[in-house]
Amino acid sequence: MKIHIKGGRLVDPRHGIDAQRDLFIAAGKVVGVGAPPEGFHANRVLDAAGLVVAPGLVDLSARLREPGFEHKATLESEMRAAVAGGVTTLAVPPDTDPPLDEPGLVEMLKHRAKSLNLAHVHPLGALTARLEGERLAEMAELADAGCVAFSQADAPLPNAEVLWRALQYAATMGYAVWLQPQEPSLARSGVAHDGEVATRLGLAGVPPFAETIALATILALVRVTGTRVHLCRLSTAEGVAMVRQAKREGLPVTADVAAHHVHLSDVDIGWFDAHFRLVPPLRSARDRDALRAGLADGTIDAVCSDHAPVDEDAKLLPFAEAEPGASGLELVLALTLKWAAEAKVPLASALARVTSAPAAVLGIDAGHLGIGHGADVCVFDPAAHFRVTPDALRSQGKNTPFLGYELAGVVRYTLVSGHLVHEAPAA
Amino acid sequence: MRNPQLNAKGELRHLLTIEGLPREILVHILDTAKSFLGVTEREVKKVPLLRGKSVFNLFFEPSTRTRTTFEIAAKRLSADVVNLAIATSSQTKGETLLDTVDNLSAMHADMFVVRHAASGAPFLIASHVKPHVHVVNAGDGRHAHPTQGLLDAYTIRHYKKDFGRLAVAIVGDILHSRVARSLIHALTTLGAPDVRVIGPQTLLPTGVERLGVSVHHDMAAGLRDVDVVVMLRLQNERMRGPLLPSAGEFFKAYGLTPEKLALAKPDAIVMHPGPMNRGVEIDSTVADGAQAVILPQVTFGIAVRMAVMSILAGASS
Repeated sequence: MKIHIKGGRLVDPRHGIDAQRDLFIAAGKVVGVGAPPEGFHANRVLDAAGLVVAPGLVDLSARLREPGFEHKATLESEMRAAVAGGVTTLAVPPDTDPPLDEPGLVEMLKHRAKSLNLAHVHPLGALTARLEGERLAEMAELADAGCVAFSQADAPLPNAEVLWRALQYAATMGYAVWLQPQEPSLARSGVAHDGEVATRLGLAGVPPFAETIALATILALVRVTGTRVHLCRLSTAEGVAMVRQAKREGLPVTADVAAHHVHLSDVDIGWFDAHFRLVPPLRSARDRDALRAGLADGTIDAVCSDHAPVDEDAKLLPFAEAEPGASGLELVLALTLKWAAEAKVPLASALARVTSAPAAVLGIDAGHLGIGHGADVCVFDPAAHFRVTPDALRSQGKNTPFLGYELAGVVRYTLVSGHLVHEAPAA
Repeated sequence: MRNPQLNAKGELRHLLTIEGLPREILVHILDTAKSFLGVTEREVKKVPLLRGKSVFNLFFEPSTRTRTTFEIAAKRLSADVVNLAIATSSQTKGETLLDTVDNLSAMHADMFVVRHAASGAPFLIASHVKPHVHVVNAGDGRHAHPTQGLLDAYTIRHYKKDFGRLAVAIVGDILHSRVARSLIHALTTLGAPDVRVIGPQTLLPTGVERLGVSVHHDMAAGLRDVDVVVMLRLQNERMRGPLLPSAGEFFKAYGLTPEKLALAKPDAIVMHPGPMNRGVEIDSTVADGAQAVILPQVTFGIAVRMAVMSILAGASS
């Protein structure tokens, strides 16, 4: 299949391109940018006039709920949601049931994903056996099976010695470790940011120092082990400042933020709306502004969907009892564009946060449109709007704090390895 | 954001929290309660305002006192009352909160009086019930206990007449107290200029001063010249552990003794939402003393609950 994407505005942050260029694809790869290779005859021409042609998005945290939680979502439902949102590469956290701590599970997941032929799936291996935080998982075996990095997901790692040894071991083998900084003893019982809103609503708080204390521990251990660490879901202003300082110091750390944290704060919880029950919790407006500033100056490398589909019943509970999580794959592009428009960030810089930068965190060849490389493409209409409704979401998780929002940025075409996997032409 | 307790006409449809309610509604409830106080003293203690209506007391958390006062209030309004203690029945069989509510709605409940251990549970129920059904929050987690806040306000008005010059001290475990939160909102809405919370840092929630109160850690300083002292119950499970070393040490610093009460105004009243822990937060001499109005609080509580239920039943759906 040879595809010619014609007349669009090509934005490829990694190669510094933001110009009207045609894109030519053959045999799953990009074969021409601006001009076709000699003898190119397209089987299909996609009209991209007025549209942006960008690399497919790379998402650093998408829970596909397989194996173990198929009542919440399936690989197929969520990968359809991904490509509908322009996301072509997914990093999958290991907190499935059973957790991804055995090569067989990883191989099965990769195989299942491959047979669906939608997005590329990169599993993260469990850092500790069964994510219990006690024994190291068999990292080398898991890496052979296809794990790109190791993570504890949201599971607590209460023991600093285990963390230290895990980082040492990962460094020995040359693996990256992904950690969500939350001190479990401080985060365990809380369900909302420990501040005025939680006090008013009588919700148990998670203090901001649950994040900074954990960050201080992690950074101290990175300093001695030299392990490449990716910090997941920053949520506090102080946390952003610590990561900024760590990068200045030259520590090998990267960081991401969930798209909902870029836009929302604890005030949005309103009267106990369980759609806003998230981990880490939505924090103050001041924290949110610091996250946005960190994203703009590169302290935070990437925006991720933090996609966590939850079944309806698990949200129809009092706030503290509701299951945390939100569906995000279909919104991450639009929410990144919204941030860019509000913060006056150029489109290419904003798209870098969801394409080239997360690809660099993963250490994979993705998130760009270089000639000879895989043709994962997202073609979207930056001016078209859509309304976020449960019916409009393809994900099995209909829960998102953005229900009712009117967002700009509608994905028209998504290509994965040169195959058109999603198509939604303008009506 | 629309207040979920009010209907489109601004009438009270549910009572979920005092926060955000207009002053006029609070005053109307207190005035209505006053008119019911006469009923509770009559030989035939009944009025027909809720005749033919079914009130379901839906208690997901054990309670004797509050449930009983709601039951008496509903019966004095001539309602049919059904008491359900859910902690021991269907919830343990996996039925969800809303399933339970649906089932009871099918039995033609007109009003749910809800107590639940999770903050916000009555809001979830209120957002789910049919338009003619009313929800009264009888205590949700640490969040709110609005009828208690109103009966406290009623008691204060009864003894002190005017809120405009009052200094009120609320003492003890503010962190876990829905009573404190509701009273704070009632007092600030009714115009009390000086509301103080007194307790150790470990029992004060973050940013409590943003609710419009001043914060004191020294009880003597906090009690100076107050008109009203509200003592809160200290839950047994808080008396040791990371928040407090012991009940004895708490009593030394924050227990109300005659000596400490002497720092308040001479005519200060002492309140307690009950049940009291004598010797933990309050000395028996004070609890049984001339300044205590703890038993009148209970009597007023019935009138206030009658007022709330009759006003809700009168709101258009």
